[in-house]
Amino acid sequence: MAYSAELRNHLNEQHNFRVRLTIAALLALIAFGALGLRFYYLQIQRHDYYHTLAESNRISIVPISPNRGLILDRNGIVLAHNFFVYTLEVTPSKVSNMDTTIANLSELVEISMVDLKRFKKLKAESHSFESVPIRTHLNEIEAAKFAVNRYRFPGVELKSRLYRHYPQGKLGTHAIGYISRINEKDLAKLKEDNVISNYKGTDHIGKGGVEQAYERELHGSTGFQQVEINADGKAVRVLSSAAPTSGNNVVLSIDAKLQAIAEKAFGDRRGSLVAIQPSTGEVLGFVSMPTFDPNLFVDGIDYDNWNALNNSIDKPLINRTLKGIYPPGSTFKPFVALAGLEAGKREPPYSIQDAGYFTLPNSRHRYRDWKPSGHGSVDMRKAITISCDTFFYGLAMELGIERLTDFVRHFGFGQKTGLDIHGEVSGLLPTPEWKKRRFKQPWYMGETVIVGIGQGYTLVTPMQLAYATATLANQGTAIRPHIVNAVVNSKTNVVTPIARTVLDKLNLKSQNLDIVKAGMVDVTLPGGTAASVGANAGYSIAAKTGTAQVIGIKQNEKYNEHSINERHRDHALFIAYAPAEAPKIALAVIVENGGHGGSAAGPIARKVMDYYLLGKEPAEEIAPNAVVPPPNSPANNAAETHAEEEHYD
Amino acid sequence: MISKFITGLFKHIDSVLLACILFAMLVGLLVLFSASGQQLSRVSAQMINMAVALVAMWAVANVQPQHIERIAIPAYILGVLLLIAVALFGDISHGARRWLNIGITKIQPSELLKLAAPIMLAWYFSKRESNLTALDFIIGAVILMVPVLLIMKQPDLGTAMLVTASGFYVIFLAGLSWRFILGGVVLVGALSPIFWSLLHDYQRRRIEILIDPTQDPLGSGYHIIQSTIAIGSGGVAGKGWLNGTQTQLDFLPERTTDFIFAVFGEEFGLIGNILLLTLFAIIIGRGFYIASQAKSTFSRLLAGSIAMTFFTYCFVNMGMVSGILPVVGVPLPLISYGGTSMLTLGLGFGLLMSIQTHKKLVAAG
Repeated sequence: MAYSAELRNHLNEQHNFRVRLTIAALLALIAFGALGLRFYYLQIQRHDYYHTLAESNRISIVPISPNRGLILDRNGIVLAHNFFVYTLEVTPSKVSNMDTTIANLSELVEISMVDLKRFKKLKAESHSFESVPIRTHLNEIEAAKFAVNRYRFPGVELKSRLYRHYPQGKLGTHAIGYISRINEKDLAKLKEDNVISNYKGTDHIGKGGVEQAYERELHGSTGFQQVEINADGKAVRVLSSAAPTSGNNVVLSIDAKLQAIAEKAFGDRRGSLVAIQPSTGEVLGFVSMPTFDPNLFVDGIDYDNWNALNNSIDKPLINRTLKGIYPPGSTFKPFVALAGLEAGKREPPYSIQDAGYFTLPNSRHRYRDWKPSGHGSVDMRKAITISCDTFFYGLAMELGIERLTDFVRHFGFGQKTGLDIHGEVSGLLPTPEWKKRRFKQPWYMGETVIVGIGQGYTLVTPMQLAYATATLANQGTAIRPHIVNAVVNSKTNVVTPIARTVLDKLNLKSQNLDIVKAGMVDVTLPGGTAASVGANAGYSIAAKTGTAQVIGIKQNEKYNEHSINERHRDHALFIAYAPAEAPKIALAVIVENGGHGGSAAGPIARKVMDYYLLGKEPAEEIAPNAVVPPPNSPANNAAETHAEEEHYD
Repeated sequence: MISKFITGLFKHIDSVLLACILFAMLVGLLVLFSASGQQLSRVSAQMINMAVALVAMWAVANVQPQHIERIAIPAYILGVLLLIAVALFGDISHGARRWLNIGITKIQPSELLKLAAPIMLAWYFSKRESNLTALDFIIGAVILMVPVLLIMKQPDLGTAMLVTASGFYVIFLAGLSWRFILGGVVLVGALSPIFWSLLHDYQRRRIEILIDPTQDPLGSGYHIIQSTIAIGSGGVAGKGWLNGTQTQLDFLPERTTDFIFAVFGEEFGLIGNILLLTLFAIIIGRGFYIASQAKSTFSRLLAGSIAMTFFTYCFVNMGMVSGILPVVGVPLPLISYGGTSMLTLGLGFGLLMSIQTHKKLVAAG
């Protein structure tokens, strides 16, 4: 019994074991089934998804930024180019303790306060995953020092970057522009223009001047490299690539030497000069003073430099040539004269007796001439030469504001000239409609009168004034001005010149043009308001001086240049073209608070013309900012004989 | 003579198991070659590990189960003592105290318990065979929990879990009442908050990240994300041997050890995975068959436990690599690089073969 019980027990136990074993096997089977389902899910159902993830893991698109095109002056002088420099860059998101990292870093390579300030500014402006330069222009030794210690600095990289450089420094910055780091606003603009993909890997964009206006030509197209990367982000092999195309080179119409002479001639004074080749519209010189060094902006400008530039009372960052608006003063008179002549008014031998003032009919208000005693008998030619206000008061009244503005608008006043760089303002050519819109007031006759001498509401930019002068020199044919002469394709070297575009063409009677020209030529001859400018020139100069009031002078009050604040002194204006009989250069000069046009602005124009027409360069010993002309200079001799021009035209 | 000698040599080798094991090892070497960046040194080192494991297997296969029964207590006590020694004098690495320096080499005593614990339990339950009471199961639980707690303290969650599993299978197969099992499940459920609070931060993190790996895509979640990408991107047929991009470009972490299955899944695809699952299933099935044919309670319990433990290895590893189980340090048997686990496996297979080939002797005895 015991045996059989034990056997039964044994069999029972074996049966139980088999049941348990079967259950275990079933569990294992179910578990393996679950794994199989999981594999099915991952490898079939979600295969596309994981395939994409794996591909994006291993494939990285590396943009290769193109070389930015060069900017050259008309003679091939390099104004902007690129070169490789070592930079030390920090990716903030990869650095755990920024202060320690910077402290340790500065033990290896020098990091100045300026570097640090700039770095902090850029860091604040960038995303944390973007790398920001902390030091640029490392030398070979510094680069090697860092390379050896690299392992100590996670998140810090030594990069070799192509840097923009402006070898001429401050020269013509307002024309050339500069590049600086792409900001949020630029990004939005690039997106809007649908060119954002071409800017992958590009950190900089043109700001101002040619750099901005010709951004598309200069930038080139970004190349791409499809690389296989490993988990450390290191490229293992290149899968495919498309080489970048360098930006096109841009050749300016600017003559760097002319530009330098002009800037030097300004010295410390503020102002603007534009020189144009009248027959082509080529801008030979484009000066806005003071200027600034564009190289400061390339690395990202530091606070101190930025504050210095931005807060300077001289406002060097403002492009005066395009944005500065000034009353044209007497430089407006040749255009008013032409308007009158073309309207059949004041044709020779018409002349007036100038008593030193003009009055409107039925009014006792005196519109005073700059010369209180009057000029005596004045005809059109003399009126221009001596800048007779009385003559032009009457002419303007007789023409009426509409006829006057309609005519001079053909010379570009009151509208943008269409120059090929951005930022131009249109100045102001006042009309009764404009005044009604602006002030809800009627137009008064007296306002027409003062427009005749370029005062009142009339405002021009130096660019407009130069354009008008060039159009006058070109006998009424207005050519679109341009700073860029040609674009040179970086691949094919094909030169695409900027087309000459006629914007306006006035059919002017040659005898009328001759009268105005004769009057303007006389300006630079003895007896004219800028006789000193024309003295011993060796070529004939047609010119007009001008003065623009900065503060209003009350009736019966006398303007005394020396008694008022320098900043409140009149602006000096000067327009000219030469040689008068076959103009090769036309220019407009404004010297802010310079006083009289003939003495302050004229000599600058003369230096530019001497260089351009005669190849004469001012001697080095002449300090560029010396206001006093050297002995034997034409200005000195003329000053004696024409003392009156020193006062007021 | 020679053929007789060879026959004698293989007398205690189970040919079905051996064939499957050798095939799995071959697959393992191929995958390792790919995973190691085609380093022959890694592969040859693993071949030595395999050779050692196979010799150990052969040796154990030639030992009668009765003799194994006899070493149950000494092996268990030795194992526990070594674990205590580890707790006292062990070397710390990666924040855990797992290794014991015994002068000539370092050993990991917890590995020994993977076999010592089930042998001990199988011995205990075979002794109590016919008169099992609730007390026996409590004693069984104590026998198991002593080493398990010591291992958890190291901490080594993966090994603790596997030792627990191997011991639990013995208890389960010995006939633990369903009421106990259900009660245990309820108890574990009730105690899990306490258990949770006892876990190390990184262990908790692993479980959290299993639920949502994207919580920490560059940290602890990285392993799971990259391994599921590897497997998923393998597709039906895989990217081909040595062509797995996740593998070859270093995106897969720990790809020669715990995550080697992702390499396999990426390069051999769903077809490879199903074939590997089948191969493992055959090994497990053979283990079950040996257990069902075993003539003594000790042999039965031990064989069943070994088969189930092998299954657990496979399931836990593939489950974690494919993202359905938390990441615990469990290698893929026969495939993952590593000498210790390979040796333990060899010993386990040796035990299975011993049980299978000494039946007649037992029956006769």
